[in-house]
Amino acid sequence: MSLIDVKEIRKDFALFRDNPNLAYLDNSATSQKPDCVLDAVREFYEKENANPFRGIYDLSEKATAAYESARKTVASFLNAQSEKEIVFTRNASESLNLSAFSLGELMVGEGDEVVVSVSEHHSNMLPWRAMAERRHAKIRYLNCRPDGELRAEDLEKLMTDRTKIVAVTAMSNVFGKKNDLKALAAVAHKHNAILVADGAQSVPHGKTDVRETDADLLAFSGHKLLAPMGIGVLYGKKRLLDRMPPFLTGGEMIERVSTEEIVYSEAPHKFEAGTVNAGGAVGLARAIRYITDLGIENIEEREKELTEYALERLSRVPGITIVGSERAEDHNGIVTFRVQNVHPHDVSAILAENDIAVRAGHHCAEPLHRFIGIPSTTRASLMFYNTEEEIDRFVTAVSGIRGLMGY
Amino acid sequence: MNNRTFYNQILTEHNMRPSHKHMPAGPVISLRGVNPSCGDDITLHLKLSEDGMIEDGCFTGDGCAISQASADMMLDLIIGKTVDEALRLKEIFIRMIRGEASEEEIESLEEASALRDISHMPARVKCAVLGWHTFGEMTKK
Repeated sequence: MSLIDVKEIRKDFALFRDNPNLAYLDNSATSQKPDCVLDAVREFYEKENANPFRGIYDLSEKATAAYESARKTVASFLNAQSEKEIVFTRNASESLNLSAFSLGELMVGEGDEVVVSVSEHHSNMLPWRAMAERRHAKIRYLNCRPDGELRAEDLEKLMTDRTKIVAVTAMSNVFGKKNDLKALAAVAHKHNAILVADGAQSVPHGKTDVRETDADLLAFSGHKLLAPMGIGVLYGKKRLLDRMPPFLTGGEMIERVSTEEIVYSEAPHKFEAGTVNAGGAVGLARAIRYITDLGIENIEEREKELTEYALERLSRVPGITIVGSERAEDHNGIVTFRVQNVHPHDVSAILAENDIAVRAGHHCAEPLHRFIGIPSTTRASLMFYNTEEEIDRFVTAVSGIRGLMGY
Repeated sequence: MNNRTFYNQILTEHNMRPSHKHMPAGPVISLRGVNPSCGDDITLHLKLSEDGMIEDGCFTGDGCAISQASADMMLDLIIGKTVDEALRLKEIFIRMIRGEASEEEIESLEEASALRDISHMPARVKCAVLGWHTFGEMTKK
């Protein structure tokens, strides 16, 4: 048994208190937010609000301190070498767009190659494709295995002396399978390529140690990790960030500007043009403290229990096919499935009638759905605060769907 | 399970056993309609007479139950009517979906009125109107 007392924890979330009948199983889309995170954001704006970095007065210095302290919290959560390796963005998509734009400028020329996996969320595919088009470079696709895994040996076969960048997900948002980033990074580095990882799904659901995995850049969103929407992170190795040109330009990202010359600030500030989302950063730091107080290992353990429970019950329902591996430990809370003869949109609409929230469609991974030959799927995604009772309700409702539709 | 469901028997019957889902026999005019975000993909085939009468019609393709049943119910309603009359029914159907049609108007849609509650399901509106929208586009060409 995990050490997390779910009944107690659910009391920390206003949305669960106010909606006792809702089974929220769409956590891979976004997580719910505990009171302490919302309070932290409110407190920042009530007590410390001024524009960070600008004012030479006490309040602005407090705002700067709150924002920079949030950066330190993120750095230590990821085991980064220093807070200078943490860039705040809007979300994982912006982090990946920044990476693609900036690395494109830095190192990609005509005829160079970028490897992207077929199982990427659109946010880790379209920025690279757009960049490749601008730079007249070539995209090469890394296929996944039937359980969703991206294998180092498959990557090795795609690498050439023109490969500059490898962009892969740390955990598929459809299969739930975590990839061995360390092995993938080792292959990329052997060929002098940069490894960019999309951690949007992996970071909220397990220990992330950037020194251990050795990815050069790692993106994630706050909102999938109990934090508000609109704050995201790009981790980058300092020596790489120092070489990368800015993505957005504007206020508070320069050392000096004259009409002849611009000298940009050092990383990470050169990537944070304009007024920053300080309230969001404070909220993210509080969310990380909430998670570390529970213990990320305990969260992982709890989510493993829930995944096993859900998969075991769902796989016994007639007419259900589960996408990906048969093993619960390969799913990390993500249960993507099909109901025979019933369209995923009808599945999710019927579940919605039973106060159960799941996602239907291609989950922003249309190339992956084409690759596996399934037009669309339904996805239930679990988080530590979900309960066995919610899963029971979900499985009962799924069991009734084919009958309701006349099959 | 919830006892009140939008998926009533009229809708599920038209989805499982559609009367008009088949390939056309003989010459027809055809138009494809797609909802890219959810994958509903139908092709509507109509046989029109010289004087603007919808003599026959059918559809092919696939998609969710709402898109399939709605296209089938639409064909039930418009076959044997003039294009102008069918366009008037389309306009009533669209207003029903927006919750703006009168009871009398909704009744004139016969079984297609089974979709009236979709006005409370904004995410599914495009599924319900796909057949009607495709028909409307066809009349413009």
